Amino acid sequence: MTALMLEGILLTIITAATPLLFASIGELVTERSGVLNLGVEGMMAMGAVIGFAVAHTTGNVALGVVGAILAGMAMAALFGVVTLIFVANQVASGLALTLFGLGLSGLIGDAFVGVPGAGLARVSIPVLSDLPVIGLLFRLDPLTYLAIAITIGVSWFLFRMRGGLILRAVGDSHTSAHALGYSVIRVRFMAVLFGGACSGLAGAYLSLVYTPQWTQAMTAGRGWIALALVVFGTWLPRRVLVGALLFGGVSILQLHAQALGVGVPSQFLSALPYLTTIVVLVIISRNRALVRANTPAALGQSFVPDR
Amino acid sequence: MELIRSGAGSAGPGRQRPDSAPLLRAIGITKMFGSFTANDTIDLTIRPGEIHALLGENGAGKSTLVKILYGSLQPTDGSIEWKGRPVGISSPSAARKLGIGMVFQHFSLFEALTVVENIALALSDRKSRSALSREIETISAEYGLPLNPNSVIADLSVGERQRVEIVRCLLQNPELIIMDEPTSVLTPQEADDLFLTLDKLTARGCAVLYISHRLEEVKRICHHATILRHGKVVAECDPQKETAARLATMMVGAEVRSLTADIPPPQNARTRLAVQDLSLPKPHPFAVALHAISFEVKAGEVMAIAGIAGNGQGELFDALSGERLSDGAATVVIDGKACGGLGVTARRKLGAAFVPEERMGHGAVPRMKLSDNALLTRHATGDHLLRGGVINPEASRQLAERISRSFDVRKGAPDPEAGSLSGGNLQKFVVGREIDRQPGVLVVSQPTWGVDAGAAAIIRQALIDLARSGSAILVISQDLDEVLEIADHVAVISKGHLSPSRPTSGLTREEIGLLMGGVGEPTMTGRGAVHAG
Repeated sequence: MTALMLEGILLTIITAATPLLFASIGELVTERSGVLNLGVEGMMAMGAVIGFAVAHTTGNVALGVVGAILAGMAMAALFGVVTLIFVANQVASGLALTLFGLGLSGLIGDAFVGVPGAGLARVSIPVLSDLPVIGLLFRLDPLTYLAIAITIGVSWFLFRMRGGLILRAVGDSHTSAHALGYSVIRVRFMAVLFGGACSGLAGAYLSLVYTPQWTQAMTAGRGWIALALVVFGTWLPRRVLVGALLFGGVSILQLHAQALGVGVPSQFLSALPYLTTIVVLVIISRNRALVRANTPAALGQSFVPDR
Repeated sequence: MELIRSGAGSAGPGRQRPDSAPLLRAIGITKMFGSFTANDTIDLTIRPGEIHALLGENGAGKSTLVKILYGSLQPTDGSIEWKGRPVGISSPSAARKLGIGMVFQHFSLFEALTVVENIALALSDRKSRSALSREIETISAEYGLPLNPNSVIADLSVGERQRVEIVRCLLQNPELIIMDEPTSVLTPQEADDLFLTLDKLTARGCAVLYISHRLEEVKRICHHATILRHGKVVAECDPQKETAARLATMMVGAEVRSLTADIPPPQNARTRLAVQDLSLPKPHPFAVALHAISFEVKAGEVMAIAGIAGNGQGELFDALSGERLSDGAATVVIDGKACGGLGVTARRKLGAAFVPEERMGHGAVPRMKLSDNALLTRHATGDHLLRGGVINPEASRQLAERISRSFDVRKGAPDPEAGSLSGGNLQKFVVGREIDRQPGVLVVSQPTWGVDAGAAAIIRQALIDLARSGSAILVISQDLDEVLEIADHVAVISKGHLSPSRPTSGLTREEIGLLMGGVGEPTMTGRGAVHAG
């Protein structure tokens, strides 16, 4: 195997992992505040179609990315109003959001099917990008850098900053947080909006970088994988990063294995990323103390302030 | 052993109510919930530097009044003056800004966060985490409240959680501290330390509004007492000039009956609960491992396990109830049957019953009705609550009703959700649910925590009566008065080791208290040195 081929595989793994990372970091913040938003897939689809449409009509990919963020946030705001202000069931509302997002994106994207997209140029960091093999880590597209920056930023915010402490407190016990005088609804609404923005980015990455075009339902279940990765990563950003790379890695490697024609049924290879995820999830969940310490205790519970 | 202290610090007899201008005056406070009057034109005056007792039974309106003073509830009528100026206390943070702090009875802590994070959340100024940790360590050393700032709350015992609440409150430099049942989970020595803390606070001019059921304690430390009954102020007095019995009579409005345990425990009775060489590793890093615990409880007797919170009581309870299985079957023997490997229901079927310490969430499901909660522990033990696997709702309703009647559980609806009951009433229900079964072996943890004097007497009498009818009873308690009142034998648990058991007759509070503090063993907290001083 040549170094070039290895680089190619590594690159595809990273590009496969990036949309998962965006979506799951956003959902992680949402869930840490105690809100379970199952609408990630729908928000991603809307991000993908609006991102593509804006980039195509204006010819400016950066504007497309901004459009995708706003689309994701608009979907999240809808979810927030329904679940936080009108106290609807979060699971049902999240599922509805996914169905709504997939349908609406299909409708909007009808005009863009088969249109070639612009794509996003890679950014090379001088000197570092000339290093052998790891040099490719410094020749990535700007959105991947953004995903890594967001992951580090979220980790820092959650565990080093007062705002993150308040967010975790709200997700642990909304009654105690309310008793101390924190606005549970406001904190949760902002967390939901952040989750929406990240899902929008994940969608934009799919339609502007990964495969620069729009096809209906192009999110292909990645929103659901992102949801699983949050649990898999026990609500810790660094573990979500590992999980995204692992899932991306296994799904790319199994493609190569299929291409090389190993004597294993292709259906099994296609299932491999999911199997790996489940196995690792089980292994991680064995450490009960860690899972208990990081699971937001108020996850999925509606909050109504009394009197 | 020259470590026994005479009373708590300066808490001698000559306590004078300070004769200064009022710090807080509540005038004609009335609070209605629908048509129910929880507080009826209550007047209350608190002066700087005094410890003001607020006495009353469960449901007398103490909690409602306190919530109004702390801003969690708004009064229907009446006004509040703070240092002579009328104020509206619209929220807890408004109360904290005025200088009113509160130590809650039902703790308002975040389980998944550390001590220092919990405290940081309650403070408005943004200090660095390490500076705050140092401040916590200073305050906890100064006031004798040992705490590790980096422990996670979920791993702390009830007593330790209360320390977090107290330290959190002290860090806000309050001028009035409201304390709801602060000593109910402390050992006598810990309580004495708390009283020293209160003395230090009052010497600086801080006032304390002190809610307690323990009248001896109120007599000892409080300068003034306001007594509530059915939402009204029925008396104000100097508690030192009253007897405990008179205070109790004012609270209840009738005489509180004293316990009768005239019949001594039978001699040479058979052993019903035996624990032999029970050792278990820590279930999580902050728990306590159990080390070779052995004891037995005979038919007809009450045995108590005393100890400071967090010394292995919870772990021992889990091993006895079958929530955690032990390796050797013979480590736990119920009525001659080795059951170390049997689960909770199997042990119940052998005639055992269990009441855990945490009534909400562990002893009862808050969002389920009382009848459903009755079903949860009683379904397998011959009460005909199930017919061919199908729930018989009428039978469980009748059972819940019977328990409520015999243990005087006061509830707003015929079959309310467990979470809607006050703490004391729910405690009566969860204890009553197991006693009602007439179990052969009863293991009960903190049977009267947060329960008023009248209800505690009912529960303790029921425990003694059950024992004298031939059951073996194990009480895990931190309340020494309770231990001395009801137990025939007592052993002390300390860092997962259990002392040999001793008959309670002839033991004094101080002797058990010193065993509880682990005196005689090498200690890490240096409590022994504090006590020698």
